[in-house]
Amino acid sequence: MRGTKQQQQHELQRQQAQKPMNGLREVLWMASVATCIKMLLMPTYHSTDFEVHRHWLALTASLPLNQWYIDETSPWTLDYPPFFAWFEYVLSFFARIVDPVIVDLTRGLKYDAASAVYFQRGSVMCSDLLLFLGTWRFCRNFPLKLQILSYLAIFFSPGLLMVDHIHFQYNGFLLGVLLLSVSYLKEGNDLTGGIMFAILLCFKHLFAIAAPVYFVYLLRHYCHDLARFLKLGFSVMLVILTAFGPFLYYGQIAQVLRRLFPFGRGLCHAYWAPNFWALYNAVDKMLSYLLRMLGFDVVMEKAAMTGGLVGDSKAHAILPQITPGLSMFLVLLSMSPCLIKIWRKPRRDNLLICVVYAYTCGYIFGWHVHEKASLHFVIPLVLAAVDSVKVAKEYYFVSIVSYYSLFPLLFEPREYPVKMIFLVLHSTAMWYGFAINFAPQTQTSVKESELKERNGCMSLCIKKKMFIAGLVGLEIYVQLIHHLVFEERLPFLPLMLISVYCSIGLMYAWLKQLSFVIEL
Amino acid sequence: MAFHHQRRFDESAWAFAVILLQPALILIDHGHFQYNCISLGLTLGAVASICLHRDYLASVLFCLALNHKQMSAYYAPAFFAYLFGKSIRKKNPIFEVMKLGVAVIGTFLLCWWPFLHSRTAEAVLLRLAPLQRGIFEDYVANFWCASSLVVKWKQIFPNTVLAYLALFATLVSFLPSVVQQIRSPSHRGFLLSLFNSSLSFYLFSYQVHEKSILLPLIPASLLILEDFSLYRGMILCAMFSMFPLLRRDGLVVPYIATFALHLLLLNVPFLEKSLSHVKERQHPSLKYMSDGLLFTGCLIDLLYLLIEPPPRYPFLFEALNSLLVFICLVLIGLHSHIQQWSATSTHEQIDADKVKMN
Repeated sequence: MRGTKQQQQHELQRQQAQKPMNGLREVLWMASVATCIKMLLMPTYHSTDFEVHRHWLALTASLPLNQWYIDETSPWTLDYPPFFAWFEYVLSFFARIVDPVIVDLTRGLKYDAASAVYFQRGSVMCSDLLLFLGTWRFCRNFPLKLQILSYLAIFFSPGLLMVDHIHFQYNGFLLGVLLLSVSYLKEGNDLTGGIMFAILLCFKHLFAIAAPVYFVYLLRHYCHDLARFLKLGFSVMLVILTAFGPFLYYGQIAQVLRRLFPFGRGLCHAYWAPNFWALYNAVDKMLSYLLRMLGFDVVMEKAAMTGGLVGDSKAHAILPQITPGLSMFLVLLSMSPCLIKIWRKPRRDNLLICVVYAYTCGYIFGWHVHEKASLHFVIPLVLAAVDSVKVAKEYYFVSIVSYYSLFPLLFEPREYPVKMIFLVLHSTAMWYGFAINFAPQTQTSVKESELKERNGCMSLCIKKKMFIAGLVGLEIYVQLIHHLVFEERLPFLPLMLISVYCSIGLMYAWLKQLSFVIEL
Repeated sequence: MAFHHQRRFDESAWAFAVILLQPALILIDHGHFQYNCISLGLTLGAVASICLHRDYLASVLFCLALNHKQMSAYYAPAFFAYLFGKSIRKKNPIFEVMKLGVAVIGTFLLCWWPFLHSRTAEAVLLRLAPLQRGIFEDYVANFWCASSLVVKWKQIFPNTVLAYLALFATLVSFLPSVVQQIRSPSHRGFLLSLFNSSLSFYLFSYQVHEKSILLPLIPASLLILEDFSLYRGMILCAMFSMFPLLRRDGLVVPYIATFALHLLLLNVPFLEKSLSHVKERQHPSLKYMSDGLLFTGCLIDLLYLLIEPPPRYPFLFEALNSLLVFICLVLIGLHSHIQQWSATSTHEQIDADKVKMN
């Protein structure tokens, strides 16, 4: 009796999942709530990235195409690929209607009147429509409960809210394009997926880290014969030519590439992103202090690894110097197990995990990585977490650690309660969501074998719990104790501690993802 | 929550969320900046005590609320009517009334003792009743302001006469509700009476501020699971009536955001099944009125934001706004009075009390 009832329920859910507009109302509702929350965040702190984007609006609006990558009116030069410049160009039309000073090249410098703030923030909110679309498209065949969980995780992600809507950036719609691309690949529509990825690269070249994964996958899965290979190659070339063609015509390609890949910057950002190099730097510093105390003569540069604009001096005192080439080599090396797996088994279901893994490798070993880049792997990971409790545990852990590592971006006291509340509410909601989802009686998977594999309730092992408890302790230290003990001395210590502590967590997450990839 | 303890959890939880996340209260207390939440909280404590049959605690809490903000007097007739109605049904009515009187007077003495001691009580009282500010300020959605389009009260009568007129009008308007409660007190009737008396004060009292719409709003929100259309009508009235004030404060974006969030909270897709019978019991007439109000109110707000009013009528949009809300409030008030009078008396509840006392 119970068996047939469960079967009927599964059948109903499967039928519901086939409907093309499944979950659309929930998407619209959650998107509206998220937009209202973003509206409430409009008057919050915004960083220099605000001025960067405002300047690009002015740049694209006021100057002809052949000046876009050459102009030096402001230190915030254009360093994204051409499609993003076109995006700013389109936005500038509306900006001009709202307030012409926004797009004025000289008068608009450092302009942050209410009109500019509302316009720019509004543009980020509107561009998030692509994020909603991408997520919905990926999830639309999930059962409704999983869909709601995914939307909860992505639309209300504290990381996106903090980085996009407070600090100010445009990550939402870029991630939306990524999700669209992966959704096409998941459906088997390889050509469209590949083209979308190429388009994404022409918006922000940082996403190119996953290009090897795409390349190998498409080669093995799509290009059965030469005709298809040529079709794919031709389409991708067409996209790239549309983006870079005009600059090729003007002979500015070298300049464009110089802007896109500024390797003059140091290994790490001013705040060390919690990756392998943060640990490397920390070890180097400790060793140099140790050896100094032991009497050796050690040359120590002061704060040489930092510097957002310039800085090529001798960064490490004891350990070997790191070059961009070495960094890229390590990224590729760490990605290789994943590439080998895809070469051997180019299955659609594996693709998301591999793409996420690629971005994780890029984060852990990349050159001059920003902590904001952690969004690239945390956001897509939740879509793999909703139907596998193993991945869910790792996602939960890595999301908390990476969102916490974004806290130093918002350093003003006004935003402190906001970011804390976001993180706590989000973690609690996600925990309950996962716990309810993976409770034995609400299993929605139909096949018995899958049931056994993904079954098991949501719980964290003791090590992870202690690590998260440590985060709480760290926050108390950084906010209260450090000032009491050290007052104004060692001002870099709290940030360094956050960076090193989180990098331990993220390194663990990387290794765990590696194990998933190997098990594929 | 005491009133709804028989409901299912998800309904109660949703009602709880709606009551606490009221955009009107959030915008006034945290945006415009006031401390209404203290007196409203004390009043809510008093209401809860009544539903838990703790009348003395209720009296004390309400007196504390009164001494925090004299605006809480809007609820006084309802408390009086209910407690009086209940007392006269007990064995020794005069004794019961005296006991309540002791509680009330005691609390007042406690709060006013420093001022009585230093003989400055009179100055305090004078400050509390600022007659010189006129019968209404700006454009508030009450009777005096709406009818002043036709009858220029301020030009015809002096302030003292208007004060008495307002007092008389208010008394007459809350009398039916008080009488009903004295005749047959009940918990549901009490909540409706709270609503009716505060609404009548809002509509007819002297020197009413736009922020006073919070007072009828709170009992309406407590009744949300009983009468959803009442609450929906009230929240729309409250939000639209506050728009001119919020615009002056520069809170337009938070207004839009919290208003939209609240409307979304009232229509959650994944709670539709749980809340279906709450929504089904809406009164169609109020529902249509609310829908019409939503549409017209948004239109007026948009016009207010985008268009300059003609020089001859610089306050055209404020006047239109307050007139619209006033009409809706009158309709809602009529509906709630009918509700209160048609509520079945719960003599059984009071009789049970009698049995306990025996």
